[in-house]
Amino acid sequence: MSEDSATLDAVLVDQSQGNFAYPEDYELDAGRGLGPETLNYISEVKGEDQWIRDFRHRALEIFERKPMPTHWASAELDEIKFQEIRYYLAKGRRPTRSWDEVPEDVKRTFERLGIPERERGFLAGVEAQFDSEAAYSNIKEEFDKLGVIFVNSSEGLREHPEIFRKWFGKVIPSGDNKFAALNSAVFSGGSFIYVPPGVKVKHPLQAYFRINAEQFGQFERTLIIVDEGAEVMYMEGCTAPKFETATLHSAVVELVAMPHAKIQYITVQNWSSNVFNLVTKRGLAHEGAEIRWIDCNIGSRLTMKYPGVIMKGRKARGEVISIALANTGQHQDTGAKMIHAADETTSNIVSKSISIGEGRATYRGQVHIPKHLKGCKNNTECDALLINSHSRTDTYPAITVRGNRHATQHEASVSQVSEEQIFYMRQRGLSEAAAMSLSVNGFVNDLVREFPMEYSVELKRLIDLEMEGSVG
Amino acid sequence: MLFSFGMDCLEIKDLTVAIHGQRILDGLSLVVPKGEVHAIMGPNGSGKSTLAKVLAGHQDYEVVSGQVLMDGQDLLAMEVDERSRAGFFLAFQYPYEIPGVSNANFLREAVRARLGSGEEIDAVSFYKRLYGLMDELGIDRKFTGRSVNEGFSGGEKKRNEILQMAVLEPVYAVLDETDSGLDIDALRVVAEGVNRMRSPHRGFLLITHYQRLLNYIEPDFIHVLAGGKIVRTGGKELALELEETGYDWIKEGALATA
Repeated sequence: MSEDSATLDAVLVDQSQGNFAYPEDYELDAGRGLGPETLNYISEVKGEDQWIRDFRHRALEIFERKPMPTHWASAELDEIKFQEIRYYLAKGRRPTRSWDEVPEDVKRTFERLGIPERERGFLAGVEAQFDSEAAYSNIKEEFDKLGVIFVNSSEGLREHPEIFRKWFGKVIPSGDNKFAALNSAVFSGGSFIYVPPGVKVKHPLQAYFRINAEQFGQFERTLIIVDEGAEVMYMEGCTAPKFETATLHSAVVELVAMPHAKIQYITVQNWSSNVFNLVTKRGLAHEGAEIRWIDCNIGSRLTMKYPGVIMKGRKARGEVISIALANTGQHQDTGAKMIHAADETTSNIVSKSISIGEGRATYRGQVHIPKHLKGCKNNTECDALLINSHSRTDTYPAITVRGNRHATQHEASVSQVSEEQIFYMRQRGLSEAAAMSLSVNGFVNDLVREFPMEYSVELKRLIDLEMEGSVG
Repeated sequence: MLFSFGMDCLEIKDLTVAIHGQRILDGLSLVVPKGEVHAIMGPNGSGKSTLAKVLAGHQDYEVVSGQVLMDGQDLLAMEVDERSRAGFFLAFQYPYEIPGVSNANFLREAVRARLGSGEEIDAVSFYKRLYGLMDELGIDRKFTGRSVNEGFSGGEKKRNEILQMAVLEPVYAVLDETDSGLDIDALRVVAEGVNRMRSPHRGFLLITHYQRLLNYIEPDFIHVLAGGKIVRTGGKELALELEETGYDWIKEGALATA
């Protein structure tokens, strides 16, 4: 089953084409293309229950029925060749539990990705996804003591169906959009987290994942449920090697914050510029609960991502803080969705985008406050920075506020790094690239502060790397 | 034509500069040796600020002919940032704002740019030195955390330029109209900052329209710039003379006799 020529192609990767590519021996493989048999294969390998098999097949039908959202986004989506993609690929091993058990080549990849030493410490409590299956997964003992569940989604489905099933696909139904349907049909990997009532998880939970197989789609599925009064911070970061053929990443992330719970979900993504990154992320906030999405998108050919919060209970709060950086050949189409569905709910959106060279950044926002509610507030700020005249930025804010018992404000700005500013900085001895980096870092500085320390360092490094290539 | 001073000076030789095809400097020659303070005075539009920007390497200006040697090195062949690291400093007439970048961070990056590979700044001694200089210049220590020049008053911006100069310890510093827009107290603080930095190892070129600054920073030589070249050079008493006569004499044919 796994020895077809297509698989061999994937194994015999041309090293010169990728920055971080190593040959891998995928032991389990669903082959290329998409059909009911692909789903059956995945379910078989994972030993899934009937309800989840049915869920996958229903989603596939929806996927096939739904048109591509090219009428409002990019026509580039038409270039995704669904029948050439591999939908499931795994090491065929159960997730390992300690760092020592992690295969050497995986460790080597982490090394190449430049994950700092102190972050490797974090990895001791991390769920790291290696291709479509978690190659490494470890829960700190204290999590066990507290009753915190932090496993990959397959294990979550298998071991905790009573919690999983209640919320799975409820915040983002399969029919939400074409790519959510695709993910629902073929998902594998991703995290499942449950935090019991009143438990405030001190350590951030981290997941590293990456794509490293040609024409290999990654469809992880994450579900985080934080019970009453509990708190958790989840961080995901990834960087992908460069391949010539397009790669599709289409994740679904669902968050459920029970009354007075707090969830922070932090993403730093640095995709190579051939990746389609089409992700659906949404949270459901009950009474007095708070959900914050902190999102940084760097790279990719096209990213379409609009993290959302449905504020279902009174005094629920939703926040999206996002940074997008688009270089030549890249399009960041990002934004936020804030659905106010109860009185006195508050939402805040701060979006900053940077376009370099011919890079394109789009902000697309939706704020919905219906007429029958009262005391709702929204603040939206979106700022765009253009590095040179070829870059492009668009803003499409859609703020629907009905009724007059609400407060909303919206600010947008477009600015440019001026040559005079760079001249001034260079006169103090900074190289052109360093001056550019410092200006860009300055532009996003107030948002970068929202990221945990080790991520803000990494973010600064990513921006520096992008700037290095953009001048001279 | 001046003779060559060799290593220990900033030497401008017969410099002709144009912007958008129009000549601004026309065969300007000037030597600022280490240990001296020179002032350039002149009417508006005489090319004073052009000289400052050309020396710093601003891309808008085209050097038509001439040469600038900094301690014997070809300054004009160097990149903007190379010039700075080699010891050239320009205090801007209109310092730029850098939103989101704190003063301390900016200065740290500028200092770091001067270190060799593998060298790192010692944060404790960096801040100790920075705070010391800020105290001397009467700059509130809170300014370290504020974005560079953003929301600064005119006087604060100028003081910040002097602070940057003090931190970077250039070999040659050009101060472009640093006195403009300063009240008398701020002017005194700025002048004291410059005076403290006077040393046998450093040369200054002050560009100013008014004699006022020179009451506080006593120059060794004063040059009058008009029509793109130096038309007169004298001692500090020349400033007082200019204060009385203004620049009108230049227009009345003095150019020809210079």
